[in-house]
Amino acid sequence: MRRPSGITLIVSLILISPGCARRPRPVSALKPTAFGAALVESSGGKQIGATGMVLAQPLAVQVNDEQGTAVTGALVEFSGPAGVSFDPAAGLTDSSGQLSTNVALGSMAGRYQLTANTLTKTRRSVELKIEELALEYQQQVGLQLDDRYCSRCHNPESTPERVSNSDNLEVKPHAFTDGVTLNKMTDADLTAIISHGGPALNKSALMPPYGYTLSKADIEALISYIRLISDPPYRASGMFDAQK
Amino acid sequence: MQSSKNSLSSLWQRLFGHPVRAFGVVSLLLLISLAIAPAKNYFSEWRHYQRRYLTLIRSRGDAVTLQRHFHGGIQQIWLPQLGVVDRCTTCHVGLKEASLADVSAQPFRRHPVIPHTLDQFGCVMCHRGQGPATTVEEAHRSTLAWEQPTLPARFVQSSCGQCHRAPLTGTPQLNLGRNLLARYGCVHCHTIKLPDGSAIRPTDDPPSLEHIADKSTREWIYAWLKDPQAYAVTATMPNFKLSDPDARDISAFLIANSTPIPGDTVPAAKDLKAPDPTAGASLYGESFCASCHAVENAAGNVVGGNVGPELTRIGNKVKPEWLRAWLRNPRVYDSGTAMPHYRFTDQQVSLLTAFLGNKTDSDLLAKVHLDAPTPEQIAHGKLLVTEYGCASCHEIGGIKKPDNFAPELTRVGSRPLTQISFLPGMPHTVPDYISAKIRQPRSFGSALKMPQYTFAPAEADALTTALLSLTDRALDLPRALTVPAEPPSTYQPAGKAGQLMADLACFSCHAINGRGSDMAPDLSWEGSSVQRPWLQAFLKNPGTLRPALIRRMPRFNLSDSDVTELTDYIMTVYQTPAFDRDSMPSSGYPPTQVEQGRQLFYSKYACQSCHIVDTKVDKGYIGPTLTEVGSRLTAAWIYHWLKDPQAMRPGTIEPNRNMDDEDARALTAFLMTLKSSARQEAKK
Repeated sequence: MRRPSGITLIVSLILISPGCARRPRPVSALKPTAFGAALVESSGGKQIGATGMVLAQPLAVQVNDEQGTAVTGALVEFSGPAGVSFDPAAGLTDSSGQLSTNVALGSMAGRYQLTANTLTKTRRSVELKIEELALEYQQQVGLQLDDRYCSRCHNPESTPERVSNSDNLEVKPHAFTDGVTLNKMTDADLTAIISHGGPALNKSALMPPYGYTLSKADIEALISYIRLISDPPYRASGMFDAQK
Repeated sequence: MQSSKNSLSSLWQRLFGHPVRAFGVVSLLLLISLAIAPAKNYFSEWRHYQRRYLTLIRSRGDAVTLQRHFHGGIQQIWLPQLGVVDRCTTCHVGLKEASLADVSAQPFRRHPVIPHTLDQFGCVMCHRGQGPATTVEEAHRSTLAWEQPTLPARFVQSSCGQCHRAPLTGTPQLNLGRNLLARYGCVHCHTIKLPDGSAIRPTDDPPSLEHIADKSTREWIYAWLKDPQAYAVTATMPNFKLSDPDARDISAFLIANSTPIPGDTVPAAKDLKAPDPTAGASLYGESFCASCHAVENAAGNVVGGNVGPELTRIGNKVKPEWLRAWLRNPRVYDSGTAMPHYRFTDQQVSLLTAFLGNKTDSDLLAKVHLDAPTPEQIAHGKLLVTEYGCASCHEIGGIKKPDNFAPELTRVGSRPLTQISFLPGMPHTVPDYISAKIRQPRSFGSALKMPQYTFAPAEADALTTALLSLTDRALDLPRALTVPAEPPSTYQPAGKAGQLMADLACFSCHAINGRGSDMAPDLSWEGSSVQRPWLQAFLKNPGTLRPALIRRMPRFNLSDSDVTELTDYIMTVYQTPAFDRDSMPSSGYPPTQVEQGRQLFYSKYACQSCHIVDTKVDKGYIGPTLTEVGSRLTAAWIYHWLKDPQAMRPGTIEPNRNMDDEDARALTAFLMTLKSSARQEAKK
């Protein structure tokens, strides 16, 4: 009667002990077959998505070894703030050292800092931070308006489909992400310059007035969008940072 | 046994032994039972949340304002017309508080800014769930009495689609889903009726297979049937996961069933010398084939338009004699094709045929070896074609398009859970069901016919969103409360010019009177906009008006009489009712007014940020180049455009400047002096 209970005690201790070891990790049935030294982002970072929705492009990361060559079979785990989901949340890198996952952002608008994580040979954890943006309805409208009316001049990046006009202008327009400049402007300033053009704030006439083209709600939507994508982040009241 | 009986009887004695004591105990019990209801109410979930909310706002700067807005007790939004009884605001107390934007804990978040107010629409119109419920479980989740849980945030745009049939700026996901629904052939098999009784119409154009043997080989058909995306990643046709023998038999049937059309193949001319491949490539570029067709480049990116099929491996697909006939006049093989009739010379046709014929992938058909088909195989192929509903999309000789081939989806967003067979382990909700059906249709049973699509997760979600908008509510709403889409235009230009416009497939790129595509400018008022000589010259040799554009109008090698026919028609028929195009002169403006216009152009209105009038100094890249605008546009058009660009072309990027009459006239005067150099020289 005494011996079996002793065995049960030992067995249950063995069963419990892995659970107590260090901090809890997400339970994953995957066993890495290789270990890397560094994690880099391949694609899918800095996307602009919508609250609660799957990002248009998957997020792909790559595991490299000390020499910078891709590592196949390394375990990568993704994590993020509450509300973010990954499909899959963990996996082994493929033959090109990459793992991609589909990310659905949480239901609050704002910046989401995601983390990809892999282990080195010495079981040291390597982290990679990736940032994504989630827009809510109003900012979504702002994005569409930006795309139609503003981005041709205010986005300096050119694509084959759409060549930027930014470099053609004598006075360079500020990119909407340029938080250093735009965060100093109040909502009233931005409303004035959008409605009445550059001269309203003693700035260049190359910025035309859109007050007779866009509605008041449109302009509010645009400003809400500009505030959200601003880098460094705009921290006036009414903004939420998903990292918190 | 005996001892417990003893202790029970002693307990009884102690409680009820004495009448006074018994009365006291019974009163106490009554009191307790009477207290249950108020206690239950006091400890209810919603009171708990309201108390937590009050604690939350107490520490905030605007506590007093928030406190004033707060009303305790059960809150209700009642909208009889919409059938809404929502008590959600009982717990979701901060929905209207803009200052709570930093609060992420539910149920206290503020609601994102949307064009509707809570008091007008309530909550369940968009979020579904059980509005009158006052517990978290009953309001949000499926219960025995209520099967529709709240909608996951990723599909919430579907609710906008219940009332709004037209695309909305703020719902890109819903708009995408609806486009995919029509574009990827879903509605060929599934009927979807709209509230007005019409059905969603497919926007893809699956080719007829009645004459397929003239166009393609059986080997290619076999490889395509096995995996359409192996031939072209952008292929519309989904993968039916056919077995080797099934693909063999279907390809055998399609070839055997095909009938020839006279003139749809042209043998190679012997007298033409071997074409130069670089000349073919440059002709492909000059003809702006890439405006509609894409090709996969060395980096693996698919570059080009998506109006026509991808051409990366076109040499594997089509026979050269068919391609020659197609390039000569595509309307012989397919009278309704979106491809224009280019009027290429024989030399150009053979150049392009050779160039496109070289676009092959040697691996694609390497492993395909098919023996001559037996009659049994052909008969089996025909059976399979009927079973898989191929004729729902394609015209196939001798096989009728099946009616209601797949389940109707008109009310799929409200489908009762009892009518759905869920997979084991899957959450029992309609969104989960639709989403899984789109992603992995065959996981619901290997005998199912629905093919495997290759949608990206965001696209699959968009499609699910579009389908979830097809609810009972959407169909049964009073008509006055819905926002219908514009009915599709059936505009058809008349006469010889109309035939010519069909032959040139103008509507594949341009829209006129609501019909056509938005790739190129709307031509509904072109006759009021441009001058006749310019239009004539443009149709003969189209140039580009915007320096930064990559999709351009091709040259169709039109004859003089065709050009005159088109010009006459456009100038006469496509006029705006808003003004007379000849109401302002095209020249003779006083020099002072012209000079004033020039000043306004460069200083007050800074038009040079988007337009070029002087190629030496101006760099504006967005609007059309205006160096010769005085020879292109009518003065009246310029004047009215300046007064209100959006009225002339809705959605144009040029803002309305609220220009006064004098400025608009001066700018018009200035712009009208910018004549084309050829015509200025002729004048001298």
